[in-house]
Amino acid sequence: MSTGRTIAAPSVALEAATARWPALAAAFLGLVLVFGVGFAGPSAIHNAAHDARHIHAFPCH
Amino acid sequence: MFRRIFFAALLGGLVAGGIASAVQAVRAVPLILEAEVYEEAAETGKAHDHGQAAAHDHEEDAWAPENGWERTGFTLVFNMLAGIGFGLIIAAGMSLAGHSGWRAGLAWGLAGYVSFVLAPALGLPPEVPGAEAAPLAARQLWWMATAAATAIGLALILLRGGATGILLGLLLLALPHLVGAPQPAAHGGTAPAALAREFIVVALVTGLVFWAALGVLTGAAYRRLSAA
Repeated sequence: MSTGRTIAAPSVALEAATARWPALAAAFLGLVLVFGVGFAGPSAIHNAAHDARHIHAFPCH
Repeated sequence: MFRRIFFAALLGGLVAGGIASAVQAVRAVPLILEAEVYEEAAETGKAHDHGQAAAHDHEEDAWAPENGWERTGFTLVFNMLAGIGFGLIIAAGMSLAGHSGWRAGLAWGLAGYVSFVLAPALGLPPEVPGAEAAPLAARQLWWMATAAATAIGLALILLRGGATGILLGLLLLALPHLVGAPQPAAHGGTAPAALAREFIVVALVTGLVFWAALGVLTGAAYRRLSAA
């Protein structure tokens, strides 16, 4: 019972680890986009994103 | 894998951003414009002696989109960008958890709503322009910490489970509110209180529509792209 699991575990773990990178990269890109829309400092970006920021309840002003 | 996540988020973000912009244009933007009338009246009425409400980004020299189509267009673009960004986080989370489909997407969307809208709004309610508020940097920090703690807390409770997961998760959900959001010395602002209250309701409802649509569409698209 336990032998099957120990033999399978390394390759499954390796597969899971490599499968994670694209998802983690996508999540990071998502965070960058959200920060850009919600928190970017320059006045021009603030003013352009103004109403979107208010709607998404980002702290504004 | 990355392409699947990316295109699911792209579709979800574009459509949900479009839907949210339409709802906003009808319900929220009129409130923002009305609040700005009060805000500008207060700014020109008295000099900048009143701290936060007056001292923000309405410097005359800063570029801003013209009211009307230009401003609406930028709101649409930024709503879509926010949608794609949040969609990437949802799709990445679904991929890591091995979820797909519109039902799972809806659950992820609602969890996103709780994390990024409801929990931060408990301490920092959505504000119309001209509202009194604590310094921006402190509020942004609290907002980010609250969203992160809530998202991780929900993941611990719903995905990890077990006594430890649930206990740690509940602790993370509660922590930002035990610390407390930065508050202004005095509440209020240039807009009438009724307007500010209506805006809170409109923003929270619009947010729910946005997140539900984003979750359903991203989840459905992710399954479709996985099958192809």
